[in-house]
Amino acid sequence: MKIVVTVKQVPDPNSTQALESDNTLARDKEVVLDPGDECGIEEGLQLKEAHGGEVVLVSMGPERARDAIRKGLSMGADRGILITDEKLAGADALLTGRALAAAIKAESPDLVICATESYDGSTGMVPPILAELLGLPQLTFAKKVEVNGTNLKVNRQTADGYMVVEAAMPALITVTAAIAEPRYASLKGIMAARSKEVKQVSLQDLGVDGGGPAETIESVASAETRKAGSIIEDDGNAVDQIVKVLADAKVI
Amino acid sequence: MDFELSPQQAEFRDLIREFARRSIAPVAREWELSGRYPAEIVDEMKKMGLFGVLVPDEYGGSAVDAVSYAIVFEEISKAWMGIAGILGSHSLATWMLARYGTPGQRRRWLPGLATGEHRSGIALTEPGAGSDLQGISTVARRDGADYIVNGAKTWITNARHADLLPVLVKTDARAEPRHRGMSLLMIEAGTLGFSVGKDLDKLGYKGTESAEVFFTDCRVPVENLLGGEEGRGLQQALSALEFGRVNIAGRAVGVAQACLDRALDYARQRQAFGRPIADFQAIQLKLADMATEVQAARLLTWWAAAALDAGKRADLETGMAKLYASEICIKASLEAMRIHGGYGYSTEYDVERFYRDAPLMAIGEGTNDILRTVIARRLYRAHDEES
Repeated sequence: MKIVVTVKQVPDPNSTQALESDNTLARDKEVVLDPGDECGIEEGLQLKEAHGGEVVLVSMGPERARDAIRKGLSMGADRGILITDEKLAGADALLTGRALAAAIKAESPDLVICATESYDGSTGMVPPILAELLGLPQLTFAKKVEVNGTNLKVNRQTADGYMVVEAAMPALITVTAAIAEPRYASLKGIMAARSKEVKQVSLQDLGVDGGGPAETIESVASAETRKAGSIIEDDGNAVDQIVKVLADAKVI
Repeated sequence: MDFELSPQQAEFRDLIREFARRSIAPVAREWELSGRYPAEIVDEMKKMGLFGVLVPDEYGGSAVDAVSYAIVFEEISKAWMGIAGILGSHSLATWMLARYGTPGQRRRWLPGLATGEHRSGIALTEPGAGSDLQGISTVARRDGADYIVNGAKTWITNARHADLLPVLVKTDARAEPRHRGMSLLMIEAGTLGFSVGKDLDKLGYKGTESAEVFFTDCRVPVENLLGGEEGRGLQQALSALEFGRVNIAGRAVGVAQACLDRALDYARQRQAFGRPIADFQAIQLKLADMATEVQAARLLTWWAAAALDAGKRADLETGMAKLYASEICIKASLEAMRIHGGYGYSTEYDVERFYRDAPLMAIGEGTNDILRTVIARRLYRAHDEES
């Protein structure tokens, strides 16, 4: 089976983040392969190991996003496609989806694997946009995937358990971090990745109009800082006070 | 002059750094203190191909350059130096087999050692002979198609887990010069007359066992003689130790860097007299010296490794790197402890482990004083050639 995994290079979650003047994330810092995408790649590799086939990584980003693709190739993916174009700077979810969809369509995959959302933008909109543009059924929040012939069955994570959802492939799934613990690359994998193909394509190659982003970020507000909890000193009836606090909060 | 790593070297570094951060650092303190064997970490290292780090491609390894080799040991040792010990002498055994083994010996042993399915180490040191390797007393007497080995070795890293050990023996006790009578025999675990004693208790360098091994009328087939020729053992072992010194230097740089990182974090955060202690010059002087010395040691290590990659005789370079890196590592561990004050002396902080691990690097793979004599001899020779 042919599997496409979408991957994104994001600011290193271990470093501090800054915003540009247009309120988009500064991307001149240390960058890494999105940790959520590593889970998607791992699932893709496991499916390939079980069923045969090929894992293709597709990314949109500047030239240096090639490093994120290379990391996935050193984990064991077969080849990569990098969509790079000046017209994509500041692209919103729709433009990103159109560019990725065009590249994925040309591959005619059996399965497209996306992370549920990116670490940096966190809109979670690109996977559904892709499914729509590609005309594929989408199975979201997958924490377990089974493939049987052309049938796809996923355990879909919910707030209080999971649903079992099935579809016929080709299909698109979004995976949670619970799907698979990403493997480490190997020394040989790193060496082999250097000779694997990473095809670079532009919007023109894909036949996609730039169009410019439909979305701008008007303003940004910091998240409210968490307030310190209250401390109940035990003056003999602390239990009653704690019960009252919990009851007021409707926890009990 | 270019001090940048190649893209591939940088990828190796990033991989091992991530592995150390994710899989070693979170368990290091607890497992080290309790003496638990890091079996899960060993399994991960197998999958990553780290046991084949010096094994040629045709036998399933990745045969990385010596600079990458040093980086692997530095990055692991930042988290837990004992883990580096699991790979250290194993990798030297594979290097000797690849370099000196007969084609049959390479085919027989290297593929299993490359994946880590089979493990190894090196058995040189004896209870009565360490620096003076020519003074060993383990003997191998020829008997038909076998050698019969008698003697004991000590401080053998990985002894209990080794499937195969290169053992330095005397095949001719009367040879002159003495090294002409020394050979390496590849002795497999399970061979009758080969036994492993109990693990030695030690100050640091935990996580990997160091043990005595004993040979009592141990019968070893002649085809297990490394390279198939007697009298080459000492030279084979000493040339492997050039790689050994690079791995020890790499470990020392790693531990010293970890000391600096922890000291820096702590100094910025610890308050005294109403401000962070990092504001005090007494702390700044220590941090500046540590940072300078760590970087000097790293560059010396890379320089020595590059000399090995160039195929040069590198006993001077590797000796300097190992000597300097291990000395500044001891110093950095003490300074990190001073900066941490009482917390540094507590087992709740990693600094006390770094302090216990640091002296190993000044002793193992040629004591620093022996290396100083090696360096001096090379200086004299160069001086003679000039005058």
